[in-house]
Amino acid sequence: MPGLITMDDLTNEEIISILDDAEKLLPVARGELYLPLLQGRILGNLFFEPSTRTRMSFETAMKRLGGNVVNLGDVKTSSVVKGETLFDTIQMVDGYTDIIAMRHPRQGAAQYACDSAKVPIMNGGDGAGHHPTQTMLDLFTIRQAHGTLEGLNVVLAGDLRYGRTVHSLSHALTRFGCNVTFASPESLRMPEEIVADLKAHGAEVVETDDLLGQINSADVIYMTRIQKERFPDEDEYAKVAGAYKLHARDLDGAKAEMIIMHPLPRVDEIHPSVDKTRHACYFEQAFNGVVARMALMCWLLGVTVPEDVNQAGGVL
Amino acid sequence: MSQEGNMRRVTAIKNGTVIDHVPAGKALSVLKMLGIEGDMSNPVSLVMNVPSKKMGGKDIIKVEDRELNQSELDKLALVAPDASVAIIRAYSVAEKMEINLTEEVVNVARCTFSNCITVNPREPLPHRLVVTSRDPLELRCRYCGKTQDIDGLIDNLL
Repeated sequence: MPGLITMDDLTNEEIISILDDAEKLLPVARGELYLPLLQGRILGNLFFEPSTRTRMSFETAMKRLGGNVVNLGDVKTSSVVKGETLFDTIQMVDGYTDIIAMRHPRQGAAQYACDSAKVPIMNGGDGAGHHPTQTMLDLFTIRQAHGTLEGLNVVLAGDLRYGRTVHSLSHALTRFGCNVTFASPESLRMPEEIVADLKAHGAEVVETDDLLGQINSADVIYMTRIQKERFPDEDEYAKVAGAYKLHARDLDGAKAEMIIMHPLPRVDEIHPSVDKTRHACYFEQAFNGVVARMALMCWLLGVTVPEDVNQAGGVL
Repeated sequence: MSQEGNMRRVTAIKNGTVIDHVPAGKALSVLKMLGIEGDMSNPVSLVMNVPSKKMGGKDIIKVEDRELNQSELDKLALVAPDASVAIIRAYSVAEKMEINLTEEVVNVARCTFSNCITVNPREPLPHRLVVTSRDPLELRCRYCGKTQDIDGLIDNLL
């Protein structure tokens, strides 16, 4: 069954088509228009590890389109603690639902689920692997700000080793001809196989540990959280994390239209002073999770988004 | 020493399988992959690190009274993709076989990445390693996408 496990599951044309649908669905996502395109459909939310934005935005997306949602709930009170395999869990939820969104701590879990299921699987994060639905909303946000996905200078910064959002995003950006710079501490560099894949596709990849030096030429700076638990001790963490914090004063030489993104939650890597600048885009980005996932679910379920949603929908 | 000399390091076998051109030092891995352990009854002869014009150095394995089948041999593609295999009957080569590296290696070894979903031995789907490069050999797990450590795969044989 088709699903979205990595960005390789979509062609560039399909990505653009889904983003176009998302654009059309904006008034529905904002609650200004009622358009029950997915009425009667049920989304299964299988989150085997914590999630706030991804789980809620999937749920909101389905409900805005008139569908329903069933949740796995707390893993600690589910059959998973009794030793149920992922295969068996998927067999069950496959029978209850029309489409599944899942997040799992083990890498490869989404592909495994996809091979086990009859309904489409949407990967909401598998270990340090991929997070393609986040990439769809990231691409939507970038296109909204710059009017294009092509040829932009994008800096991905912070924890590139374990940050699954940047793994999926880097693949997509290079496919659209963006110049991608990876700014991270040595110990948190982008995994070798991802860099090798990008180079194999003809991308020029720049790796650096200097984030501040990239600001003035960037069209997009995509920040990620450096997690304390990745470091052997607190001092080492403090030393490294300090070099990957953005403050409003760092942005004086930035291009006017440059945007700062973050998959959230942030800790210290973006100072609150940045929130008031024209560059801050992360809360809008979080909202876009709803509209991008609405369009994605329509696409995976074979439901056409009407050209004129205002004519097709009703006022709430 | 000549090729003939190499072969004479161990006696000719009457019936069985000869695996030649195994990369030097990999013979023990080959035996492990074939499930040939010390407690089996078939005699097994093995020479390691003998000179080879083609390879510089090589290992040779002779398994008596057992004819290996194609699916057993295809497993060897992970460590000895260029090995040549002969089935011996009555001291003569009765059949020559080739090792085929398929596009996907299924249920031969478990993924070497410690956080892959397939580490749970109760998960029932097949272990699938996709060949992404033949020379040099590179495999990735179908599920987690991690590039496999070839030596680690030998330890993860199913």
